[in-house]
Amino acid sequence: MGRVAGMATVACLLGVGPLVAQQEGHPGKPVYDRWCAGCHGVDGQGQGPAAAYMLPRPRDFTQALYQIRTTASGSIPTDADIRKIIDEGMPGTAMPGWEEALSSAERDALVDYLKTFSRYFETDEPRVLEFGGAPGVSDELLEAGREAYQTLECFKCHGQAGRGDGASAPTQADADDFPVRPADLTQPWLFSGGASVEEIYRRFLTGLDGTPMPSYADVLEAGVVTEEQLWGLAHYVRALGGDAPRVREVVAAARVEDVLPTAADDAAWEDAERFWIPLAGQIIEEPRWFAPAVTGVWVQALHDGRELALRVSWNDRSESPDPEWAGWRDQVNAIMAPGAGEQAGGEASDGMAVWFPPPDARDRPYFLMGSERAPVRVWHWDSRSGAVERLGRGLGNLESLPADEGALQGQAEFDQGRWSVLLRRPLLDGDSAAATLIPAGQPVPMAFMVWDGDNAEAGTRGAVSSWYYVQLTEPTPPTVYALPVLAVLLTAALGLLVVRRAQRRVRTPAAAPAAA
Amino acid sequence: MLNLTRNTRTLAVLFTCTALAACGGGDEAADAGADDTGADAQPQVVADAGSITGSIDFTGTPPTPEPIDMSAEPDCAAKHDGTPTQRAVVVNNGKLANVFVRISQGVQGGGGAPSGSAAVDQDGCVYDPHVVGVQTGQEVEFQNSDGLLHNIKASPANNRPFNISQPTTMTSRQTFNSPEVMIPVVCDVHGWMNMYIGVVDHPYFDTSGQDGSFTIANVAPGTYTVETWHEVYGVQSQQVTVEPNGTAELTFAYDAGMAATAVVPLGDPIDPHGVHASPGAGVSHPAAHATAAGSR
Repeated sequence: MGRVAGMATVACLLGVGPLVAQQEGHPGKPVYDRWCAGCHGVDGQGQGPAAAYMLPRPRDFTQALYQIRTTASGSIPTDADIRKIIDEGMPGTAMPGWEEALSSAERDALVDYLKTFSRYFETDEPRVLEFGGAPGVSDELLEAGREAYQTLECFKCHGQAGRGDGASAPTQADADDFPVRPADLTQPWLFSGGASVEEIYRRFLTGLDGTPMPSYADVLEAGVVTEEQLWGLAHYVRALGGDAPRVREVVAAARVEDVLPTAADDAAWEDAERFWIPLAGQIIEEPRWFAPAVTGVWVQALHDGRELALRVSWNDRSESPDPEWAGWRDQVNAIMAPGAGEQAGGEASDGMAVWFPPPDARDRPYFLMGSERAPVRVWHWDSRSGAVERLGRGLGNLESLPADEGALQGQAEFDQGRWSVLLRRPLLDGDSAAATLIPAGQPVPMAFMVWDGDNAEAGTRGAVSSWYYVQLTEPTPPTVYALPVLAVLLTAALGLLVVRRAQRRVRTPAAAPAAA
Repeated sequence: MLNLTRNTRTLAVLFTCTALAACGGGDEAADAGADDTGADAQPQVVADAGSITGSIDFTGTPPTPEPIDMSAEPDCAAKHDGTPTQRAVVVNNGKLANVFVRISQGVQGGGGAPSGSAAVDQDGCVYDPHVVGVQTGQEVEFQNSDGLLHNIKASPANNRPFNISQPTTMTSRQTFNSPEVMIPVVCDVHGWMNMYIGVVDHPYFDTSGQDGSFTIANVAPGTYTVETWHEVYGVQSQQVTVEPNGTAELTFAYDAGMAATAVVPLGDPIDPHGVHASPGAGVSHPAAHATAAGSR
């Protein structure tokens, strides 16, 4: 304590302390204290009351260390840089955008107020970098980018497939020694500094201060890469992932005439439609989980009238338990679940569950794995013990089912930071046609949960979805296409007939006076 | 009780900050002083200059050096004979290496600035040297001899940080504008790579070698406080008087038991004697005035 306090004193002396005198009566202070201090703290040190529930932690403004800038590594940001983050927020973190919530004047005042937390804004000038404009994308440029990804060894942290699972990923820490993950480049919509090619390119040169992501400005200056190659890399990185997936409520399970796939890497899945289901930390049941590793799952569904096959895929940086990630797991456990001990980490296996109302359900059960009164059918897959069907009576309250109903099959693949799990089961419960788990033609509620064991996730600590739906679809019979055509033709013929008859009547002399 | 103590300290911190803000006039003088000893300055002839030499003794059993698993980088592993080990504690024949030694009090005016830059190599996925001293404004030249991706991330408390990438054989130069003992430097690609840089606003410093010896040359006659810093065993200081053209001898004694209680400050200056007694001890430290100029 003495040491820390001593250092704080010194820190003030040397110019990193807040300018208390400037803060009194500052127009940004009431805005900051009301909207920002909850996370960033009244003193700007990033230790507000809510900070303990966040990983990554809120920014400590007293260091004048900003991730997203247009300035050189270690330089203070420009006012516009700070304003941009306030306006747009930081995707993938707890920082929201304030463009809608606060007036422009309030946000300007905030920018100025944030600067009072560090003397560096008095003594330093931002060293703004030149970026130039993005060249249009071409195959050659993308190829140059692919090569640059290798020569600049981006894969060491971000992984060969870009899923943030590189060899150095497990030991990364931020400026305050909190564990931090290399970005999953296949989910650009979660890039904290924006997903445009220009924003990606900028970060190559600025680095992300306070994180392990370094600046490549020296590398460019030394001629190790050309500007064009770096732009190629920006295009290549952007192309590793698409735009934010559209979230659709109903997962359509197409009917296949051939046999259903029996493996997660079956070629049949390549043509099956993918549905993105976002996940969030489970923060309803104790113990809560505020640091989920998995952001969402891709779901594909196929059926053949007798069985339903689901393929659920998600990005996970490790196949837990991975000894390389043991240190990460312990850190996350200690930071996000202090006092939970090792037990909370469980077996440190990865897991996924999807659940549906049972065949006899009248109402939609509680979305968190049902309740005592209204249970759900849980298809539970574990990377160690495989897939099993259970009766869920609430989160973590799973009962085994009679053996004859345990007809669930599971098969899983882990490849370069991604799990793909196939789950397959007959639509009928036992022999009774009356007890159909997924009746054809109607949307059936379905919800998901995923656990990353190496992120200290198990039990109630994981990422969950709300209710979504799965609906078995039948291939459209040819009559659906033929009937409208027939109807159109018939109508046309009838119309023609009517017109003809009318015209004939007009031409008849006897009818002419009557018409006049 | 704890809260009361904390509040008192916070008040002390606030008071100090306010006091310092109120007397910002000292900045320019400090700047001028810094220019005198800047890297561009020519070595000055010091009349009747003497020197301070000595050694860092170590008693007790040093910890077994921690092995580094370099299997992820076979090219680096191949550069080492046997298993590479961490360099936090290097003891040879009872002498402690990698101790940063500097005059902390008593330097008057300028002195001979070292010409050129301080070199740090990344060779075999370790930093060489492990501890290095530079003057404010003097270049540190980071060389990547491995030809594979390193990043060099410096996390100072009183200088601006940097984090630069070196994906191949290349050299990068950085400078620090404010004195700071010590600045940690790490490579995030290789979690085991770390080193320390000591930044001083005069040329009177050295790092103990493999034999535990150090030499501070070209010192004007006078009485000085010499301070040592070690990343595990903490700081010590002694007074020494340099006679005209004389050589003052100093011996610092470290022992293995010190690891348990050592205070290892990062971020200059902390009074090694005052740190336990009072959180405000740093205030009285003369170096604080020189560094109040901040980094420009």
